[in-house]
Order: sequence, then C-alpha cells, then structure tokens
Amino acid sequence: MSIIGAPLTRVDGRLKVTGAAKYTAEFQIPDLAYGVMVESTIPSGRILSIDTEKAEHAPGVIAVLTSRNAPKLPGAEKRISLLQDDQIYYNGQPIAVVVAENLHQAQHAATLIHARYQAAPAKLDFEAGFPTSYPGSHNGEPGDAGWGDTAAGLAQAEVKVEETYTTPIQHHNPMEPHATIAQWEGDSLTVHDATQAVTSRQEYIAKMFGIPPTNIRVIALFVGGGFGCKGQTWSHVVLTAMAARQANRPVKLVMERPQMFGSVGARPRTHQRLSLGATREGKLTAIRHEVHAHTSVIEDYLESSAFATRVMYDCPNVATVHRLVQMNLGTPTFMRAPGVATGTYALEVAMDELAYKLKMDPLQLRLLNYTEVDPGTKNPFTEKNLRECYKQASERFGWAKRTPDVGSMRDGSQLIGWGIATETYPARGLPASASVSFQPDGRVLVASGTQEIGNGIYTIITQVAAETLGVAPDLVDVKIGDTTLPKAPISAGSMSTVSVMPAVQAAAMQAREKLIALAVADSQSPVYGVGADQVDVQDGKILLKSSPAKTESFATLIGRHGSQPVEGNASLKPTLDQKKFAAHSFGAVFAEVAVDPNIGVVRVRRIVAVFDVGKIMNQKTAQSQFIGGIVWGISLALFEDSHSDARLGRFTNANLAEYLVPVNADIPEIDVTALDIPDMKLDPLGARGIGEIGITGTGAAVANAIYHATGKRVRDLPITPDKLL
Amino acid sequence: MNPFEYRRAKDPQAAIDAAGPAAHAKFLAGGTNLVDLMKNGVEQPQRLVDINRLELAAIEPLPNGGLRLGALARNSDTANHPAVRQHYPLLSRAILSGASPQLRNLATNGGNLLQRTRCSYFMDTHFPECNKRIPGSGCGALQGFNRNHAILGASNQCIATHPSDMCVALAALEAVIRVRGAKGERNIPIAEFHRLPGSTPQIETSLQPEELILSIDLPPSPYAQHSHYLKVRDRASYEFALVSVAAALDIQSGTVRSARLALGGVAHKPWRVERAEKELAGKKPSATAFMQAAKTMVADAKPHQNNAFKITMAEHAIVEALSLAAGVA
Repeated sequence: MSIIGAPLTRVDGRLKVTGAAKYTAEFQIPDLAYGVMVESTIPSGRILSIDTEKAEHAPGVIAVLTSRNAPKLPGAEKRISLLQDDQIYYNGQPIAVVVAENLHQAQHAATLIHARYQAAPAKLDFEAGFPTSYPGSHNGEPGDAGWGDTAAGLAQAEVKVEETYTTPIQHHNPMEPHATIAQWEGDSLTVHDATQAVTSRQEYIAKMFGIPPTNIRVIALFVGGGFGCKGQTWSHVVLTAMAARQANRPVKLVMERPQMFGSVGARPRTHQRLSLGATREGKLTAIRHEVHAHTSVIEDYLESSAFATRVMYDCPNVATVHRLVQMNLGTPTFMRAPGVATGTYALEVAMDELAYKLKMDPLQLRLLNYTEVDPGTKNPFTEKNLRECYKQASERFGWAKRTPDVGSMRDGSQLIGWGIATETYPARGLPASASVSFQPDGRVLVASGTQEIGNGIYTIITQVAAETLGVAPDLVDVKIGDTTLPKAPISAGSMSTVSVMPAVQAAAMQAREKLIALAVADSQSPVYGVGADQVDVQDGKILLKSSPAKTESFATLIGRHGSQPVEGNASLKPTLDQKKFAAHSFGAVFAEVAVDPNIGVVRVRRIVAVFDVGKIMNQKTAQSQFIGGIVWGISLALFEDSHSDARLGRFTNANLAEYLVPVNADIPEIDVTALDIPDMKLDPLGARGIGEIGITGTGAAVANAIYHATGKRVRDLPITPDKLL
Repeated sequence: MNPFEYRRAKDPQAAIDAAGPAAHAKFLAGGTNLVDLMKNGVEQPQRLVDINRLELAAIEPLPNGGLRLGALARNSDTANHPAVRQHYPLLSRAILSGASPQLRNLATNGGNLLQRTRCSYFMDTHFPECNKRIPGSGCGALQGFNRNHAILGASNQCIATHPSDMCVALAALEAVIRVRGAKGERNIPIAEFHRLPGSTPQIETSLQPEELILSIDLPPSPYAQHSHYLKVRDRASYEFALVSVAAALDIQSGTVRSARLALGGVAHKPWRVERAEKELAGKKPSATAFMQAAKTMVADAKPHQNNAFKITMAEHAIVEALSLAAGVA
C-alpha cells in the first residue's frame, strides 16, 4: 500500500466547498463587539489632533482608541503601529480603532474620525533613494556574496549583456483578508487569527503585553491564503487584543480590501542591474547581479532577488549585491517565492538576451552552463535532476519546432512567441513536533501546530500517518492550527512538508511500536508473547505476520487497557549538514504567447513545466500548487502592479477591480509534471516543499516568449499592452 | 456607509415625488455602482428610493422600427434579447464586454447610463483632491497617477473618464434617453446626456436631480451587418477599458454609405467626432481610410503624464475595429 504520493482528494475539500470549514472571521462568540481600524492619509509627519467626539457619540460605539488613550504596551516597537505615539511613517498606517456593537456602526463611526496632521517630507521617489541605500540581509543570509573576480570576468568576456530590470510593488491579496478575534478572560487571551504561524503569533503578542506566552492561545483552523502576508504579526492583531481589553468585550476585526494595501506587507519594488559576460561559445565568464529594493522607514525587509543567481549556473566569477532603499510606505514582506520570483525574472531574461547575442538556442545556453555542484561552495546538491526537467519539458512542449528569429512564428494576424526559463527554490526545514495516537474508538488522531493555508497539509498529514500506521486515510483525524498542540513552524518558505512530515512519521512510528508492545505483552491478545518484529498493523488491525488470521482491531486492544489512547510523540530538527550539501529544487518552464501587434494585447496560450522537487506527497495537491504558482508567474509577467500616488504614497488601485490578477480567461492549459525522485539526503521522506517554485522562472518564460513574438524586450514588469505598441 | 432612509416606490410618479429636491435622495436600481460608492463614502444619500418594482423592465419595438429598452431591464437581459442581438449586435457586444455575468445580471440599463468614474482620486475619499466629490478641492489625477484617465475633452478641473461600455455603443447608435421629472417627460439625445467636465465636473449628466430615466430608445439602425465593439484592456475580462471602440458601417455595393465611431475610456463621455465619420462616407473600406478616420478621432488628444499611449492605442484600435466591422481584417 502506498498512500504517500497517491492523488488523495483533499480531506478538507468537502468542508471548504460546503462552507463548513470555519475561517477566522466566521467564529461567533457571545457578546462579540466589532472593531474597525482608521488609517493615516499622509505618508510622513505627525498627528496634531484627532477629533473623535462625533465617533464616540455615534450609535453603538463602545470605545475609540487613539494615541491619546491607548494603553502603553511594555513590548511595543516601532515596526508596527500600536497607537503609542503620534508619528506617521506611511499612508495607511493605523491611527485609531473604533469598537461598536455591530460592524456597520463601527464602520460608520470610523468615517467620523478626523485627524489633523503636520506633514513632513516623505521619501517617495525610489531611485532618488539609491545614494543613501544600504546593505541588508534576508533570513540571516547576507545580501552581498559572491566568488571570483567579476570585473576581470566581464573584462575577458567576448559577449556581454548589461541591462536593468525593474519589478513593481505587489500586494498579496489572499481571498481571505486579515482577520483577528481577541477574547480576554482575566490575564488570559484567546486569539483567532488568520495567520501562517500560530506559535510566533502567541510569542509576539505575549511580548507586546508583557505576559507569559502560556497565557495566550492562538487558533487558526483554516487560513484563506497567506502567500507571506500572514507571516509577520502586523499592527491589527495586537490592536484587536488591545481594543478587546479596553472595551472589556471580545472584539472581531476584519480588514477591508483597501486596507490590504497598507499595514500588512507587500512585495518590494526592485531595480536589478544584471551584467553577464560570456565567451563566444557561450560559456559564462561573469555574472554581476545588483539589486535595489525598497523597504519602509521603520523596519528593514530585504527582497533577496539575487540569491537564486548564486545557485543557477556554473560561472567562475559571480557577485550578488543588495541595497535597501527606505521609502515612506508600509513595510514590505515575504511574498510567494520572496526574492526568487523577482530575481529569476531578471536573471532568466538576461540569459535569453545573451542567447540572442550569441545566436544560440536559449535552452542550449542553459545546458552549456549547467552546474552539477553548488557553484559558490562547490558542495554537491542533495539531489539535482534539472537536465531531465529540460529534456522532458522541451519534448512535451515541442521546443525543437521553434524558429528562433523574432516575429517568425504567426497565427493569422497574431504573433506567436516561445520562451523558456529555469525555475528554482531552496529546500529547507525548521524544527517541528507532532503527536500521533491510536484512539479507543478505532480512529487515529494526529496533532501538530502547523497551519492549513490552502497548501493541503491536512491531507498529506493524513497520508503520512495512514501509511506509517497501516490504517485507512479515512480513519485519521488531523488537528492543526492551535498553540495547544505540539509546536510546528510558520507555514512559509516551502518548509512545511520538510519540517512537519518527518515529525508526523516519527510520532506515528513510535505510536505503532507502543501499540505492538502493548499487544505482545497482553495475554488476551492474539499476538501475545511473540517478538514485536513478528507483528504488523494493517487496516487498523494488529496481526501476526506469519499467520494473519491471528488478529484483532487496535480499538479492541486499547479497550482492554482502560481505553487510554496509545500515543507517539516526536520533536525533530532538520538533519541536513548545510556545510556539506546544498538543497535546492529546480524546474524548467516553457511558455507560448500570442500577441496582437496592433493593440499590444498578450495572451498566454500554453505553459509546460517539469519540476525536480523530491518525492511528491500527493499528486493532486502538488499539481494544484504548481499550477497556482505558474498562474501567479503569469500574473507577475502581465498584470500585477500596485500603483501609488507619487506625492501621497497612497495606492491608487487598492481594490480587486483595479489591482489586476488573472481571470480564468487569461489562463491557458497548464501542463505540469514532477519527476518524483526522492531527495533522501534532505529528509526521511525524500520530499521538498513545493509551494513556491511554480512562480519562479515563469515570468521570465512569458517575457522571453513576448520578445520572440515581437522583438520587443520589455524590462519593466508588468508587460502591459501600452509597452508593446 | 452613512445611515439613510429607505423607501420603495410603487410607480414612477411616486418615485419622482420621493426624490424631491430637498430629499438628498438617490434612486436604487441594481445598486452595483451606487452601493459600492456608499460603502466607501463617496455617495452619502440621505434617502434611497428603491425603484425595482416599477414596471420599466420591458424591451419592446417602437412604431418607427426602433427598439425601446426599459430603464430597469437588466444588462444581461438586454444584451441577450433577440431583437438586440439581431438589430443592434454592437450594443450586445458592448454590454457583454463589461463587468462580469453576476454584475450584468443585476445592473440595469438606466443605472449603466449613470455609472460614475473609476478615477482613484474620486473613489477613495482619503485622497484630498477631487472636484467631483468636493467641488473646488482640485483634481488629484492631474498631477497624480493618471494612466487610465482622459485624453480628450478634459479640463484642468477633471480628467476622469466615463467607465461604461454600453454607453459607447449607445453613442454610436444615437440612442435617445426618455426621462420623466416634476415637469413631465422629455427626450435627451445620448450625445447631450453626458457632459464634459468643464468647470463643474460634479455635474455629470443633463438629468435634473429628481428626473427618472424611463427608457433608452434606439432608432432603426442600418449598421447591424457591419459593426464591431473592440475593448482593449490589460486582462481578458472583468476590467474597464483602456480604450474601447464602437465601430459601425453601412456598406452598400462595397462602399461605405455612412459610418459611426465612438470611443470609450478616453473622455468624460463616449467620444464621437462627426468629421471622422463623414470622412469614411463614400470610401471603400481600406486600412488607409480607416487610419485617416482614426487620426481625425484623436486629433485633439491631450495626454497626461502616464497615458500618452492611449493616442496610439486608440488609433490602432479604431483601425482594427473598423476592419473587423467591415470584414476586411
């Protein structure tokens, strides 16, 4: 029986489509009051006064919190706005919270609050900030790294590409907006939160209020998409807890869509200078990748666009440089494939430009510069089969039929273009724990404080437990998203599978061993007295391997032992020695576009991608992850762009009518395949995370296809019709 | 949303009475635009007069061979009505290129005429400048982000565009808007229904405050054989136009007898230039003739910082729409 990898339908699918899955905002709590946040309307300065009188007297209003009356929090820090002072750092910064008996009353009262400001000069010109930019790091990794001598490598190059690529600010916009419910009982706090990390939420709120984390319970049973914006603890979470304490009522605060463009993160704007040097034969002699990315004036977040450049190609001289540019905008944050999505766009378009300069097939150029080892450290990869990805993807796509000249492929009046790019994402895990128990009712319970953010983790936990324990998947219950469960890390960085699944597997193995030990020591058991290695668990039954008729259900066994669950626990840390191995996923993506040359409209017609991402846990949910990532890659190439007013630093398309994401009509047939080769050096299951790799490379493949169709090299995303006229 | 009073009208006269000048009232039909604007505080009516039960949803032939579209007929029903599809395919295509099926199922013809601009500086009350919301406050878009703004007929008080697709087709078809107010009924040609912003951008139509739209009357059309609505936008569906073109040709024996052209997404109202249409009359359909008409259509264009591309885009879109209408593409 192999349940792991099988295309098991999502175990929570029915709950989700019938509305039975409860998302944060859907919890009804007795005596609940409703909170609405009021935000600043200038980008920089301070509040002179806030008129709250009308709001305080509006129907149903319970409390209005501003910097005048908000309690001082012992842990408060500048990175979020907790009404501790009157400073304004960006447009859309929380400046007040209104609490009322119902939502409409709170919304109306919020409109009655008027702030007077003293404006200060705001940093809103990105490029003007370059001279005062400064280095940074991403998840502890330094922004500047490299090897060899790029100046010399470029000097000796016979062919060079030196271009600048720019990508805009993007906002995550998960379908479920941020939402928090806070309920105090004395000094204990229960928080329902739309979060990718219940544990770090618990710890951060505790720090803010100066209370022990154990006083706080955070719950997130289902999260309607996070994509990075629900990783950090932003202002509204703590403000909701503050408002609940002030109002002495449980308070629910759900963000409105325009508020999703303010205090809850964004993908930073990037300006990427790429210099590639190569021999006439196409062998890379140097890569220099210099990135400027914006951050806020209150916290550093570095978009690590050049990190992927450190692992992609065999090249003796590589320099990657990142600089932070402060702007009076909300702090940016991790967004699906942070750094890699924007960085692979620039690098992989530059590689296409190099291929054209060399008059070489762009796939051939990539094969010529293929690296078998981590090019910086020369360490081996845990597992790398990118050649096979290129091969399978090019065959499925029919790449051999491409005519290389621009504008050489047509369909009626439409220009057709084919482009390729390489995809990549790091593979890694964090410490995680889980418990698995045989229950007296004949079912199995798995518990781990991870989060379901649409990634399908309820399902693959079910599969790993079912296979390890020898029970049917429908006998497994999974509890996640609660700080009362064994600790698990943030659901981000394509880390959940690598982190949580080994813990589930280990806990299940321990539970199975305990169950068998109980059975062989029980004189009433049909396997009494035999060696533990003679006993198996299958279909929820304990049986003697040599004589399967000697069997009983584990529920019967447990029933004879006081009906106490038989539980295994595991707390694991990643075992990979990162000094000896590099662990990365790779893939190849091919795109076909059609461009109307008259009006500049681009349609993506086909995407083919093949991924090398280790062992696949579930063929069906994996397929969805890849497709979702690719759709977002198309969106990165053609649509998404948060426009802001250059004087006020306020976004002008803060709604889902004008902030464009693809609609179904924009998305073609997407053909995805995973090689399904286990990476046994990374973790005992041989799996890697797959949540992010799909968005990487895809933007470049589409951009390269557009060049092939039109001869127009657009180096500024998104590629909208006006740029192709 | 501000607190408001809700009234349901039983007939047109009751609706008009309930919306008297002092009432600060708005008629509520589909609500697809009005309710959104109330939610974000742009519209703050003190009274909503629900007109959904008025018997104004019929689509019926007119004695002159035209067609009457009831003000309360839903956009979906209008676009899919056999008479509209057969005699006014341009209108059908224009309506179906707008919004989403869900919105079209609710939105009414009268409401579509009164759609308000999507200008960010108008839609977001936290922007301080908008002469439509706060007359005299200035135009935020003029020096702001104005990629989607007008290139024709704008003023230094307002550079917003009219967002409707339906109205662009109605302009090409020379529809007449039949309204009733305190002083009785009157007919307003579509060309006079929407106004240019001038110095009073807050006044968007020639409708008087308590006047109620009864119907949209379409004259008989010779353009059913050769018409096309082309909408250019950043994504394939569910987006307002960057530029749209309603092109209609009456072609007899290979010669254009008459032409109609209207542009959307470029001005405060559907944009027509009669000279461009006259230039096409008597000519054989050709790319040269179409490009000449296109140049005439946008001859007076004045771009802003982020939208100069609209001129070229409009020219190309006009040629493409005319070519498709003529069947020479």
